[in-house]
Amino acid sequence: MKSTTEVKNAVVILFAGDSGDGIQLTGSQFTTTTALYGNDVSTFPNYPAEIRAPQGTIAGVSGFQLHFGSEKIYTAGDASDVLVVMNAAALKANLKQLKPGGIIIANTDGFDAKNLKLAKYPDGVNPLQDGSLEKFIVHEIDVTKLVRVALADSGLGTKEIDRSKNMFVLGFIYWMYNRKLDNTIEFIKEQFKKRPDLIDTNIKVLKVGYNYGDTIEAPMNRFEVKPAPVEKGTYRSIMGNQATAYGLVAAAQKSGLTLFLGSYPITPATDILHELAKYKNYGVKTFQAEDEIAAITSSIGAAFGGALAVTTSSGPGIALKGEAIGLALMLELPLVIINVQRGGPSTGLPTKTEQADLLQAMYGRNGESPVAIVAAYSPSSCFDMAFEACRLALEFMTPVFLLTDGYIANGSEPWKFPAAADLKDLKVSFAKNELKEGEKYLPYKRNERLSRPWAIPGTKGLEHRIGGIEKENETGNISYDPENHEFMVKLRQAKIDKIADYVPLQTIDQGKEKGKLLVLGWGSTYGSIKTAVKEALAEGYDVSHAHVKYLNPFPKNLGEVLKSFDKVLIPEMNNGQLIKIIRDKYFVDAKGLNKIKGMPFTSAEIKEKIKELI
Amino acid sequence: MEATIETKLTAKDFVTDQEVRWCPGCGDYSILKQVQTVMPELGLKQEEIVFVSGIGCSSRFPYYMETFGMHSIHGRATAIASGLKASRPDLSVWIVTGDGDSLSIGGNHFIHLLRRNFDVNVLLFNNEIYGLTKGQYSPASPTGKVTKSSPMGSVDHAFNPLALALGADSTFIARSMDRDPVHLRGILKRAHAHKGTSLVEIYQNCNIFNDGVFEVFTEKATKKLNTLFVEQGKPLVFGENADKGIKLDGFKPVVVNIADVSANDLWIHDETDRVKASILVRFFDSPKTENALPRPFGIFYQEDRFCYEDSMNAQIEDAIKAKGKGDLDALIRGKNTWTI
Repeated sequence: MKSTTEVKNAVVILFAGDSGDGIQLTGSQFTTTTALYGNDVSTFPNYPAEIRAPQGTIAGVSGFQLHFGSEKIYTAGDASDVLVVMNAAALKANLKQLKPGGIIIANTDGFDAKNLKLAKYPDGVNPLQDGSLEKFIVHEIDVTKLVRVALADSGLGTKEIDRSKNMFVLGFIYWMYNRKLDNTIEFIKEQFKKRPDLIDTNIKVLKVGYNYGDTIEAPMNRFEVKPAPVEKGTYRSIMGNQATAYGLVAAAQKSGLTLFLGSYPITPATDILHELAKYKNYGVKTFQAEDEIAAITSSIGAAFGGALAVTTSSGPGIALKGEAIGLALMLELPLVIINVQRGGPSTGLPTKTEQADLLQAMYGRNGESPVAIVAAYSPSSCFDMAFEACRLALEFMTPVFLLTDGYIANGSEPWKFPAAADLKDLKVSFAKNELKEGEKYLPYKRNERLSRPWAIPGTKGLEHRIGGIEKENETGNISYDPENHEFMVKLRQAKIDKIADYVPLQTIDQGKEKGKLLVLGWGSTYGSIKTAVKEALAEGYDVSHAHVKYLNPFPKNLGEVLKSFDKVLIPEMNNGQLIKIIRDKYFVDAKGLNKIKGMPFTSAEIKEKIKELI
Repeated sequence: MEATIETKLTAKDFVTDQEVRWCPGCGDYSILKQVQTVMPELGLKQEEIVFVSGIGCSSRFPYYMETFGMHSIHGRATAIASGLKASRPDLSVWIVTGDGDSLSIGGNHFIHLLRRNFDVNVLLFNNEIYGLTKGQYSPASPTGKVTKSSPMGSVDHAFNPLALALGADSTFIARSMDRDPVHLRGILKRAHAHKGTSLVEIYQNCNIFNDGVFEVFTEKATKKLNTLFVEQGKPLVFGENADKGIKLDGFKPVVVNIADVSANDLWIHDETDRVKASILVRFFDSPKTENALPRPFGIFYQEDRFCYEDSMNAQIEDAIKAKGKGDLDALIRGKNTWTI
């Protein structure tokens, strides 16, 4: 039967299967191909904490959601149009995410008695056969069988043959959306350089999947999603953690410093360590420390020596670093601390996303210990904000927090990347010995930013001692004087407050400068809020969106911005954290919208709240 | 060309303007003096020396050294020094720590520093007590030690710091004492000369909270009978009139009267012998026990092994050789781009 082609503005596909099914790879391949084609795209990988959770179970389901379109895309999508399931558990776990009338592509081999049992369907129930999926369009494909037939003569064992099932699915989806196979073929060649036999078999299965669409004798629609009218320029696809790593390398090159990363493996931050470990030819030094404390303290040592020092972690690791962050702010050394937030508290939800470490970054230390905080809001913005965190650390000789989270760290989007030459110059000058005869060096003498000089070991005549004990201003000598302590506490606060003079003013992302409702967000909620506000505006609602990137200190005009609206709504993936700080600082009776499910907001959830408040 | 006159540094150049605030009579004074005395002899420039410490009485040390210095947080000096040395291999880095700082709260960093073998020096001031917090038992205090936090005696089994270090594959293991300035200076020089992590345990008297704990090793009346100063290539000899020696009976060290054995029977000290070092670090009997082996001082073990920072830099150089110096645009651009 001939297939027809339907034009779509945007599509959400959710690939789901066992964590060993190669779902993440399938998803990321489709993402790259569709981005290369010119669609705007946003992705959300969602995988279990266990590397190999029991096969076939709901706990072992790995998902990769991607949203692409011929229009601007800001989120990985609320509900999906297409659900690709490799087994029964994947269907059970994700069915409620599928739009009515949506398409299910099911690998029938994953719905045998064993898989149905593992997915905890009652005895004798097979959702593919009991009519329960009536409101959806179901395409059953025996992927396993087709792949085994295709590779019968390959000489590979069944286990290895079955491993290429994901290529069949990918090929089939390429057919559905009329995409070329070139990019994935190149990828396969690169990936299996050391196993040439697997190159041919994987390419074969990919093509078999594609051709299956052409030859199948069933009514099956194909879809056309035209390129998006995005800004002219050259793009690439980027993931958040990758962008963070690039931002750090860029800051190191622009400052002329050696990048030193002290880190301890922790989900979902580890990919930054992996990424930076690759860039040794950029002079990057990565140190996999024995624990989180050594990760940050080795960075402090490197900062003392004159390196651009960074430590990366996630919530529980940041908790362990608390004392050392206090040391860094007492020493007044530049240090970037990156928290790729995940669900907490304690071990919490390691692979799920949350924004619940803002108050930890703000207040989670002993004593009066202010540090600067910036937050990324999309995968590509991790580059800009990592670069900014470095800039502030170097300009103000202070620890700076960069908050990202699992959603943007693992999510990806097209990125109109900058040219190195267009990035800000971060050139730093270490203190030089300009002392007159008999003059003592003052390691804590401050400039107009209240920042002290960076006098690194090796500079003759500037030998000095610094430490965590309260010190006298300018000399840095130990001081227990009560007046001095109060003075120094206020001074360290004033220094952080001063940063507000050196960061951009708060802007309105969408909507009017004054009005009924402002949706104020921070971090990874950007895309959902953006989409929700865009739709609400189109429906005639008086709503605006502002997204805070500088969380400590806030931009100087934030108070004015807030007071220009009758109501303020603060959606957060926590139990209400930014809202506490905003209420405290500006006496604004902001309303919260809180989601603490380890999942990003859907734009529908935010839109609903907007409508409720207006 | 203008001739520059290099003024020779003296111990005084390493004294800061800060008032030294250890308790009068503290063993730390002597150690500070020996370090300041040795410094000018090491051929280092003042500005390339860094002292890093944690928390505890000994950790005030950097404030008294006219070099670069950092007084950090409890137990972390070893980790801070690791990062410093990794980023600045050109510096001479000295860690000052105590038995609580390095063996208790900083135990993890301590063993990892040793196995990684950064080229730094660790001066472990061991007084077998927490002094700064006013007298609690430390991980180096013997079982039964009565302190404020162990009124009925500590039930902890004590660490043997040098056995721990050997277990962590330390490449330089030595012991000295505050009361023997000449010996301490000699060991400090050897520690500096060793390329790799040099661990020097220094028995240090806390005259307030643990006075006299090492007295049998340090005081004239008992020292000769209870200590064994080991020297490379020399037999293990001690005693009032150097009349006793150590002989190995299989792997078991035995005290013998030199008069009773031939000179060839005695254990000849070899710093490079790991097996013997593992026996020597176990000379750890309480001197109060009968037939206690004497406590050794000197360099127990030394080996040459690649330092972490050198391997780290070698990888960077290899990567640059193989791929060329990294280009930022190439990194940001990646392999797959599209133009609209």
